[in-house]
Amino acid sequence: MLTRSEALISLTNAGVQRSRQWLVRGVDLKVHPGEIVTLIGPNGSGKSTTAKMALGLLSLDEGARAQSDALVVGYVPQKLAIDWTLPLTVDRFMTLTGRVAADAVSAAMTATGVAHLWQADVCTLSGGEFQRVMLARAMARKPDLLVLDEPVQDVDFNGEIEIYELIQKIREDVGCGVLLISHDLHVVMAATDRVLCLNGHICCQGTPVAVASSDEYQRLFGLRSAQSLAVYQHHHDHTHMPDGRVRHADGSITDHCHPDDGSHGALPPADHVRSDSAPLAAGRPAGERPRKDQDAG
Amino acid sequence: MLDDFFTRALLAGIGVALVAGPLGCIIVWRRLAYFGDTLSHAAVLGVALAIMLDANLTISVFVVAISVSCALLVLQRRGSVSSDSLLGLMAHSALALGLVVLSFLTWVRIDLMALLLGDILAVSVNDLIMIYLGGGLVLGVLAWIWRPLFAASLSPELAAAEGLAPERVNIIFMVLMALVIAMAMKIVGVLLITALLIMPAVTARRFAAGPEQMALLAVAIGILSVFGGLFGSLHWDTPTGPSIVVAGLVLFMLSMTPLGRRQAAVRSPKGE
Repeated sequence: MLTRSEALISLTNAGVQRSRQWLVRGVDLKVHPGEIVTLIGPNGSGKSTTAKMALGLLSLDEGARAQSDALVVGYVPQKLAIDWTLPLTVDRFMTLTGRVAADAVSAAMTATGVAHLWQADVCTLSGGEFQRVMLARAMARKPDLLVLDEPVQDVDFNGEIEIYELIQKIREDVGCGVLLISHDLHVVMAATDRVLCLNGHICCQGTPVAVASSDEYQRLFGLRSAQSLAVYQHHHDHTHMPDGRVRHADGSITDHCHPDDGSHGALPPADHVRSDSAPLAAGRPAGERPRKDQDAG
Repeated sequence: MLDDFFTRALLAGIGVALVAGPLGCIIVWRRLAYFGDTLSHAAVLGVALAIMLDANLTISVFVVAISVSCALLVLQRRGSVSSDSLLGLMAHSALALGLVVLSFLTWVRIDLMALLLGDILAVSVNDLIMIYLGGGLVLGVLAWIWRPLFAASLSPELAAAEGLAPERVNIIFMVLMALVIAMAMKIVGVLLITALLIMPAVTARRFAAGPEQMALLAVAIGILSVFGGLFGSLHWDTPTGPSIVVAGLVLFMLSMTPLGRRQAAVRSPKGE
């Protein structure tokens, strides 16, 4: 592994138990600046618990936790239920845990594609919109460490791609460390430096490709998922703008994207395709895609 | 001006409404209405102890309320009894204990009705000073901890993860609540304090787009209830404490009418 500067947070042999059962145990985890670490694992494997241990939200029953000085954290929790009794607009939500410069807020909201929602009541947002708003809030803080607990839940597939790209962009621009919990075993970002596969303990770790081919991973998730652990690589030749129009690589803007207008790349290599046959808008060969499910926006 | 009992009552009511607005919002957001009830029931025990020990009434009530809060925190951590049962148990135990202790103090004649329902018309200039000094202190501290307090009301985990200290803020908030209950006891009595705290906040919710706006609106609605209650009680010769609460109820019901709904719809548009 690359030797980097001091870790932002580190867990050493950390474990938490509840009513004499270990939720997760023996976790060694370090996140360095500029590094993306992804946690994967089946339900109940201790992904969220590990993230909470890293954040210092759970007191450890075993092991130790350390963090760098004056660490600014941006956290996107898995669930955040906002009650109707709590009146909250999106722009007020942006400054929930601290003052943030107005231009940082608008830049973050533009990047996540929710700039037009700044006055909306948080309760009225859809699941996907709210995820983007939470991501924008965490980004606007200009964090040293970004902790994302399933940031793409409720986000549609194209949005999922956008958000993964955005996370990568944040890492490049801000240089923050990212701890990402992924709910989707099949798609792990190519930008991930290290994947930790959890099942009550760390069962394997390494680069996405190394983890996918390890015996432990195959035993845990079965051969089929191991074969289909796709390293997400996406070549963008057009962008969907928030208002539904499409900006193409040559700078032209159209109302829709057409599969046969030459803006869509050829089929990527087989190991880069999602296995679960989700409609991969940008990855189909021209002409194969039926007219009726052209992107409407 | 302060010679007039009615003016003093108005000023006392306004003073309490100023504090009750923002504090009541937090209570509504955190679903602590029953907790507020428990603390105010405990005030009866505070009164009984004050008389027995010949101590200052407000301070005694404050100390008892703080003790009950701490006992609740400790018992909740042990987790053998559910929170709501625990609150019910503490509330009525404190009330019953207070009444039993009072019955032993045969040499004092205590106006139980005033204790339970308040006696705003008997507010003295000293009481007024106490309300405004204490109220100023509470508002100052509340402004200081407002951001972490609001963030922790929304999500304690998020607040803690991003470096705020929700636990510490919660404890400060409990102290503030005990202080306000000690202050408000004189105005509406121990049985109705929670109503004074949560009614303006609940009414304000329909018209507010943001938390700060809701707190300010709750103050305004609280002051309106005090005016309505006091003038109503003067006009119809009704007990003042309950009249203030009834005025609050009337405002709440007005906010539920189509008039209120239209207002609320205008103020919370989605997007553009």
